[in-house]
Amino acid sequence: MAETLEVKELAEVAVRFSGDSGDGMQLAGNIFSTVSATVGNSISTFPDYPADIRAPQGSLTGVSGFQVHIGANMVYTPGDKCDVLVAMNAAALKTQYKYAKPGAAIIIDTDSFGAADLKKAAFATEDYLGEMGIDPDRVIACPITQMVKDCLADSGMDVKAMLKCRNMFALGLVCWLFDRDLDIAFNFLKEKFAKKPDVAEANIKVIQAGYDYGHNTHSSVANVYRIETKKKVPGRYMDITGNKATAYGFIAAAEKAGLKLYLGSYPITPATDVLHELSKHKSLGVTTVQCEDEIAGCASAVGASFAGALGVTSTSGPGICLKSEAINLAVIMELPLVVLDVQRGGPATGLPTKSEQTDLLQALFGRNGESPMPVIAAVSPVDCFDAAYAASKMALEHMTPVILMTDAYVANGSASFKLPNLNDYPAINPPYVPEEMKESWTPYLRNPETGVRYWAVPGREGFHHILGGLEKDNKTGAISTDPENHDLMTRLRQEKIDKIQVPDLEVLGDKDDADLLIVGFGGTFGHLRSAMDELRAAGKKVAMAQFKFINPLPKNTAEVLKKYKKVVVAEQNMGQLAGWLRMKVDNFTPYQFNQVKGQPFLVSELVAAFNDIINK
Amino acid sequence: MAYTAQDFKKGQPRWCPGCGDHFFLASLHKAMAEIGVAPWNTAVISGIGCSSRLPHYMATYGMNTIHGRAAAIATGCKVTNPDLTVWQVSGDGDGLAIGGNHFIHTNRRNINLNIILLNNRIYGLTKGQYSPTSPRGFVSKSSPYGTVEDPFRPAELCFGARGHFFARAVATDAPGTIEVLKAAYHHKGTAVCEILQNCVIFNNGTHDAVSSKEGRAKNAIYVEHGKPLIFGENNEFGLMQEGFGLKIVKIGENGITEKDILVHDAHCEDNTLQLKLALMGNGDGFPVALGVIRDVDAPTYDDSVTAQIEEVKAAKKYHNFAELLETNDIWEVK
Repeated sequence: MAETLEVKELAEVAVRFSGDSGDGMQLAGNIFSTVSATVGNSISTFPDYPADIRAPQGSLTGVSGFQVHIGANMVYTPGDKCDVLVAMNAAALKTQYKYAKPGAAIIIDTDSFGAADLKKAAFATEDYLGEMGIDPDRVIACPITQMVKDCLADSGMDVKAMLKCRNMFALGLVCWLFDRDLDIAFNFLKEKFAKKPDVAEANIKVIQAGYDYGHNTHSSVANVYRIETKKKVPGRYMDITGNKATAYGFIAAAEKAGLKLYLGSYPITPATDVLHELSKHKSLGVTTVQCEDEIAGCASAVGASFAGALGVTSTSGPGICLKSEAINLAVIMELPLVVLDVQRGGPATGLPTKSEQTDLLQALFGRNGESPMPVIAAVSPVDCFDAAYAASKMALEHMTPVILMTDAYVANGSASFKLPNLNDYPAINPPYVPEEMKESWTPYLRNPETGVRYWAVPGREGFHHILGGLEKDNKTGAISTDPENHDLMTRLRQEKIDKIQVPDLEVLGDKDDADLLIVGFGGTFGHLRSAMDELRAAGKKVAMAQFKFINPLPKNTAEVLKKYKKVVVAEQNMGQLAGWLRMKVDNFTPYQFNQVKGQPFLVSELVAAFNDIINK
Repeated sequence: MAYTAQDFKKGQPRWCPGCGDHFFLASLHKAMAEIGVAPWNTAVISGIGCSSRLPHYMATYGMNTIHGRAAAIATGCKVTNPDLTVWQVSGDGDGLAIGGNHFIHTNRRNINLNIILLNNRIYGLTKGQYSPTSPRGFVSKSSPYGTVEDPFRPAELCFGARGHFFARAVATDAPGTIEVLKAAYHHKGTAVCEILQNCVIFNNGTHDAVSSKEGRAKNAIYVEHGKPLIFGENNEFGLMQEGFGLKIVKIGENGITEKDILVHDAHCEDNTLQLKLALMGNGDGFPVALGVIRDVDAPTYDDSVTAQIEEVKAAKKYHNFAELLETNDIWEVK
């Protein structure tokens, strides 16, 4: 039958692995993306997992998904909908089919579609394909569970251990479908399970079985797809999630600045992985303290900064609420601090595992008093590294807390990361008070150019001083309630932030003659970029500008926003960036595209909405 | 180098005349001089409240921070910079109400901090509301008909959080205070010093029973490790165990001699009897215990953090960012 096999060339493909939370879908997806990246494909991944750790097996609420988007050219998002859906049980098919394109290939484990499974997944009849309107010709129906058991019959493993390998069978099938080199997957598993060679061996055996199954039957879907790599940037790469890239950015910045890195944190979804990652790297001298609460996480980081470290605290929106007062302490004491907000759905506990951009105004204004603070928003998983580095540099050089915003989508999504060389990154020079200033120095003496006060770290003779949350005299540093002094100090703190230099806003696409400028911030970059590319491919004149530096805004902000006939601000909130820009740019009246669904934008919806605006 | 109290003094305190904080501050300056750590290697960190103004009167590094968070801020400071000697200063509201969570967790972790708890059983800076150490029925501006809640007893909270050091002094008793502060400095780990301090405006006389030398002779017992628990104007009384509790005995009566008196063991890991000592007083007929009640060695958090970093450094092969990158699955695109 091999001679009838059709090999289709695709520019890009999205595969969604779905099953019970414990089915190992993320591992299967990770291996698939690594295998693809290794041959030079562009990759973007996104996990979609439930808030429950282990919902009842086979239940609708317990399904987790992991989507991998690979492309011959650059891919910017995990893809709206998938070309291949792997559904390890009936509940996964029921809940995940909506993410499949019409005509997508569906891989199912028929052993998990028994009467009981169907009942748990709320199917009314045994004709589950019919109920969902799925064309059986698109389905690779395979008794995966049985085949895994058969494959491992001689391994001496118990059934429970065997069934943990089901994900690898599905992976093998997908690797066959996309003509992937299994050796790369095998090496990945050998390294991952270096200490458990029998587990590695079992997994490898099952991948091979899945691949062979596809090859021998090539099932009902008689296509093998190839995604060739078009544009290669030579170099050494790794797969990285946004959270890991953020952690790496902090480590890199502390090393460059020659400072200890201190993280004070409290576990909170979806930011906890930053705590996990940094906790691993004690061999680099990283100190992490899992505190008693969010407040202590931030407060201890302020204490660490006072003592001369790069103090960082990581959290999500609810944690920012609790940290506000301690952040404000760093504002008035003018100490460096980086506050990481991995945004999730709100308000209150909201949607802990889902993604939104609803904390922007909280980051800008969510504190008492006049409390100006830089805000930076990472635009992609890989950009989290640069953004964390920039936030740390800004905090240390300008003696201010900085809020670094990411979101659940960027934090958990992954992409290929070209290994950075720290020599290529700018130096970080905290404004330590020079020894010769000993006689004239006071705590709030400022560099006249930058407005930044000098930093005297405890342990230096002759520079002892008391900081605090009470307003201080601008000259002596003593407590002051003088009206003129408070007004002056308020202005000095504002000016210091306003003077921070940030890169100009970059315009992509039809810079000179766009009919529509798409504006966003942070993690929506990939979706907005993909929407722009689609619109331009359809002959529309469109440009885009993504804000990464939100306070202070880039100097050319007004110029860019005023240049185009129509501007749409698209964001995953009710218009917070649009509001901020309107506050900062006179007579700016953009169109708005707002969605607060806890899910990344769909490129198709963006394209439709932007087309409407162009045609208005 | 030898220091004098003058080396640690700064500015003119703005507490009310007669406030217990004045007495305590003078003792702290003297204690620091005797301890001999340089002012520039000392950090004094407070929260908010009358007593939390204290760092402003110190010629050391320091912070007068936000309400309740001094322990957490001091934690980050000490863990990052173990060479600093860190003192945390809080009142009963700052330390045990809004900052109660940080207080217990600091004790549990055993961070090498000296915690000064200035206990006047009232909120002074907000002008006279009851605090978590005010006794049940206490009448204040926010409890005009008396409180209907029981107070914290700081020692009990400290011990409940697995604290390893607890001492008590009266602010007006300079030698007693200095002794306790020095012991706190020499203890490695969280050292809680409860200072009984008078608020002349809103809770005047709360510690009257022990504020004068004569009062202490009658109503207090100075405890010292290894010494029998003897007290009274003429050292005529002693403490003995009885059943699950303590009893007061008169030496020379019923055949009781000094040898029969319970000997104080501040180093005993089991805190049962130390707690009994700490809870004495306040109208139960027992004297108020002053001095070092508990002082037990245990690994400190900051030392353990440093040791773990050194251990992992020795065990792992990557020690900088470039080496860290190499620990990942890397592929090359040519």
